[in-house]
Amino acid sequence: MSKVGIIGVGQSRFVRGYPGSIRELAFEGFKEAMQDAQITVTDIDASIICSAPEYDKQRSPSGVLAEYLGLIPQPTFYLESLCSSTSMGLRMAYSMVKSGLHDIVAVVGFQKMSEISSAESQERMGRGADIQWESPFGTMMPAYYAMFAQAHMEKYGTTPEDLAFVRVKSATYGQLNDKALYRKPVGAEMFTDPEHFMSGPVSSPLRVGDCCANADGSSCLVVASEEKAKALGQKPVWILGLGAASASVNMSGRDQFTGLAVAQQASEQAYKMAGVTPKDIDVAEVHDCFTISEILAYEDLGFAEPGEGKELIRSKKTYKEGSIPVNVDGGLLSKGHPIGATGGSQIRTIVQELRGEAGEMQVKDPEIGLVHNIGGVGLYGVVTILGR
Amino acid sequence: MSEKKKKEIDDRFNKFGTKSYTSVTKVNDFITYLEEGKVMGTRCLDCGLMFFPPRAQCYKCLTSNVEWFEVVGTGKLITYSKLKYAPTGFEDDLPYYIAVLNYGDYKVFGRIAGDFPEAELELGMAMKTVANTLPNRQLNYLFEKA
Repeated sequence: MSKVGIIGVGQSRFVRGYPGSIRELAFEGFKEAMQDAQITVTDIDASIICSAPEYDKQRSPSGVLAEYLGLIPQPTFYLESLCSSTSMGLRMAYSMVKSGLHDIVAVVGFQKMSEISSAESQERMGRGADIQWESPFGTMMPAYYAMFAQAHMEKYGTTPEDLAFVRVKSATYGQLNDKALYRKPVGAEMFTDPEHFMSGPVSSPLRVGDCCANADGSSCLVVASEEKAKALGQKPVWILGLGAASASVNMSGRDQFTGLAVAQQASEQAYKMAGVTPKDIDVAEVHDCFTISEILAYEDLGFAEPGEGKELIRSKKTYKEGSIPVNVDGGLLSKGHPIGATGGSQIRTIVQELRGEAGEMQVKDPEIGLVHNIGGVGLYGVVTILGR
Repeated sequence: MSEKKKKEIDDRFNKFGTKSYTSVTKVNDFITYLEEGKVMGTRCLDCGLMFFPPRAQCYKCLTSNVEWFEVVGTGKLITYSKLKYAPTGFEDDLPYYIAVLNYGDYKVFGRIAGDFPEAELELGMAMKTVANTLPNRQLNYLFEKA
């Protein structure tokens, strides 16, 4: 069976208030990926356009974006799984190429969130949960993840300071990433300084500094068959393992609040398909929409035993020089989180790391990388394992 | 629209929560029960599965053969969070909690009464679920100390 790889990656800068329309925003990530793959639009057989639709006035963005990017008359369609949309897009592109239906597929992710206020945006994101039974109580994403933080702290002794350490690491690398929204240094002391905005309460025990920011951004991945990549003279980063799972949208259907079942299930599938174990992962990108999410991810992915995630951040094992570097591009906490573009940005980082092209953020000689991308409050979980 | 036509639409679910996003559902009786002070779930009469939140259709049996049951007794507090910032439309409710109770056969997601002292909350503590009328005359339910 022939392999499927990624031959091009790109992303826009993640910003507040992108001065352009969604098609222009999507162009930015697309342009980079096309230049990276050294191909032209006629080489692309199909496109998958990924975002969360509630932020746009445009209905069915796929046709509009495909036209603007020069990808008509090839087939195009829209794919949505909230914040994990582009990782799910990669899974679909893999299937389309692996089946022989297409040779090269572009996965385009985008989100322009800045046209609505932060509170409105929280309300829309809250509606990514159960609108019939939960949203009428006034739910929002930080509050849901706060319930996981509360349960994790109570059961395992994870502390507010541990959460702050995650943000401190994020900022260490966010400062190096010229695509990131937040590029200032962060110290753990900011979280205990009542005058500092980072310590502002959002939903107990989470504070402003524990939450990632809304952003506008786009990303693009170019997926190709082994034969096509060879014909183009490209050296792809291979897709070695794919895992995906879903869970009850309503919290009343969850069996655990100290981890995300979808991440556990998706990673198990991806490890099995790739024939590797957590110990084989040299660099990882995890979905740190909140600081607690990164600690949950350490445990759900098997980098740490349940309850031991805090030890990884305390001992700095997830820093660039550590045994399992995580989010050395700043993660969602520093880059910002333009929903539909996020997975593509995470995958871009791992592709660059595996190629040795990550600049100041480069981890020493990685061979296998992992991307953990979550949609909603552990509603969708997508794990991708990539290798040289 | 004529008065008669309006009455044909059973949109009782508009009354659920501070702000409802659903008007028509096959479990609209949930609202009528709330008005009577009862918080209800459903049970499949064919396989016995208990549903909270209630549903009118059983995915296992593929039937609509369900009966209502009342959420009674106490559940254990599994987790909670106190919101200091609210989404649009919920600002007047601040501060408020969201929480999950485990009743064994099912779990209930909802709110703890807003004035409950956070220091007295303990995971594992027994709480009960009670019907509640909000200041804007909408209906929901709250968790209280058992």
